[in-house]
Amino acid sequence: MLQIKNLHAGVEENDILKGINLEVKAGEVHAIMGPNGSGKSTLASVIAGKEEFDVTQGNIFFESEDIAELAPEERAHKGIFLSFQYPVEIPGVSVTNFIKTAINENRKAKGLEDMPANEMLKMIREKAEMFEMDRKFLSRSLNEGFSGGEKKRNEIFQLAMLDPKLAILDETDSGLDIDALRVVANGVNKLKSEKNAIVVITHYQRLLDHIVPDFVHVLMDGKIVKTGTKELAYELEERGYDWIKEEAKAV
Amino acid sequence: MSLKDKLVSSYLAFEDYIDADSHIHEIRNKAIKTFENSGFPSKKDEAWKYTSLNAIIKEDYCIFPKKENTVEFKEVKKYFLHEIDTYKIVFIDGVYNSFLSETTHDKVDVCLMSSALSKPKYKAVVENYFNKAAKEDSLTSLNTAFAKEGAYIFIPKHREVEKPIEIINFATGNEAALLLQPRNLIVAEENAHVQIIERHQSLTENAVFTNSVTEIFAEKNSSIDYYKVQNDNQSASLIDNTFISQKDGSNVSVHTFSFGGKLIRNNLNFYQKGERVNSTLKGITIIEDKQHVDHSTLVNHIEPNCESHQDYKGIFAGNSTGVFNGRIIVEKEAQKTDAFQQNNNILIDDKATINSKPQLEIFADDVKCSHGCTIGQLDEEAMFYLQTRGVRKKEAQALLMFAFASNVLESVKIHELKARITKLIAKKIGVNLGFNL
Repeated sequence: MLQIKNLHAGVEENDILKGINLEVKAGEVHAIMGPNGSGKSTLASVIAGKEEFDVTQGNIFFESEDIAELAPEERAHKGIFLSFQYPVEIPGVSVTNFIKTAINENRKAKGLEDMPANEMLKMIREKAEMFEMDRKFLSRSLNEGFSGGEKKRNEIFQLAMLDPKLAILDETDSGLDIDALRVVANGVNKLKSEKNAIVVITHYQRLLDHIVPDFVHVLMDGKIVKTGTKELAYELEERGYDWIKEEAKAV
Repeated sequence: MSLKDKLVSSYLAFEDYIDADSHIHEIRNKAIKTFENSGFPSKKDEAWKYTSLNAIIKEDYCIFPKKENTVEFKEVKKYFLHEIDTYKIVFIDGVYNSFLSETTHDKVDVCLMSSALSKPKYKAVVENYFNKAAKEDSLTSLNTAFAKEGAYIFIPKHREVEKPIEIINFATGNEAALLLQPRNLIVAEENAHVQIIERHQSLTENAVFTNSVTEIFAEKNSSIDYYKVQNDNQSASLIDNTFISQKDGSNVSVHTFSFGGKLIRNNLNFYQKGERVNSTLKGITIIEDKQHVDHSTLVNHIEPNCESHQDYKGIFAGNSTGVFNGRIIVEKEAQKTDAFQQNNNILIDDKATINSKPQLEIFADDVKCSHGCTIGQLDEEAMFYLQTRGVRKKEAQALLMFAFASNVLESVKIHELKARITKLIAKKIGVNLGFNL
């Protein structure tokens, strides 16, 4: 589904990503871990198409198509979804109205008519229930005055509504208490299927107790320096990152 | 002949068909002299540094339209807030139109300035209030000199007008270029309440130049909500001079929505002449092409324990230019004043311009005054966020512009007007927002 080959990217002349190789297949869950400033969020943004970053070398293929030149919304239309670490506040536009706009924009890109209002409402109700969001929440302005947990829940709600092929969750666990974490993780697990894939970017292992990864990658200084299974996440939790640094140096 | 000379010489003809013996006439005489001495303001005047009237005053305007013009209701229905019942004071080319209007004398007076200026029963009110708040600057004086028609609204003590009042000035375009000078007087006595919507609408592409003066008096504990809808053709220009005098415990809000017109200058002046006065000034400006909108506000805090809140948002596209000049004066006696002013602007295109100038003059020492002014583009992070959800760039821009402007709408108390303005904003931004507004 997603193939990243020797990806170098950064801002102006400074590369933040220095040769990333990553392959994600349908049905898989990947976790990307690493210390602060290692390039985790940059990788997520580059896959989603943030214009601020220049790709200087390498390729990103999504379903065998090179997407490096596509606008963020075109990538979204192809089925890539990025859940933000810091979702942006949009006053005056309710959660419901926003998700309607997003759904219909995606349908328009596929040459489909707008979704009928009753169908839309039914779907919104279903997904909102899944994440234990009440009606009042849906009529509030998007992310405005939301708590950290509410913001993340709203991100996953949008994920459920848009049903992408590839979901990238950037630090979805930060700012969540344990109950909210469980709700979000259960939701993500319900959405998981053989046809889609999930990339979880996180600092800590605790989210991975709930969303169990098939692969764990360690990102350091713009490179994936180690890949393993979920046991690697436990090891990182216990031992930190220094030993990997040493190991990488030795190689 | 220059417009100034034409106006000064027309004044003699004007005197021939009005009651030249009334006390009002002395005020007119004085006013025409003021205008004659000062003329139209130019860029040399500090207050007019960024707004030039040159292109406007070079037209050859008709000052007194010859005949009474009419329009069909169905042609102009869309300019009324027709979803709800309202009182209406309608003028066509400066002349009152009874067919389109709905006035009242039932407990409150919602009627005409011409009646107020001529009929004995209004004499006391007119003597008390007419020209008492208006400044003696040249454009206000010009209006005063020719003052004869406009809206007259008088709400006696403890009365609430049960429905909004619409003041609408239509220009038919039967004259190639027309000068209009409506003069409105609004008085809310103690504990009275009223909501007013004002609109100027030209029905053709012929030039119209409106120099309007509105005096508003809010007596003790009264409340007035005033909405100005400025969405005229790009051949119409408006100078709106509004003077508001507030007494103890009164609440006055003015919302100005500037979307249309060639040149608009809003001189909005608040004088707080009592304690615990609350003044609200809000505005949304969304313009493009070569449009020009200038908001020059003044809040004069004269007495202690008063508040003022200003919030103006501007979105400027194309070659449009905006001006915000917000002056706040806190006089020595005005202790415990709480004055807030905010002006945020977004420039969509490289050639769009905004000049924003807060002016705070504070002579009291125990006050809270804050002001902020921003000029920027749309937030890139927010754009990216919306795009990752599949919203195209153009739609994302529209959504963000809408979000930017929308908090000013929260204080609009007439639901149907709020819906109307929301739609106007969506239309002005030029993109289908994809949801039911």
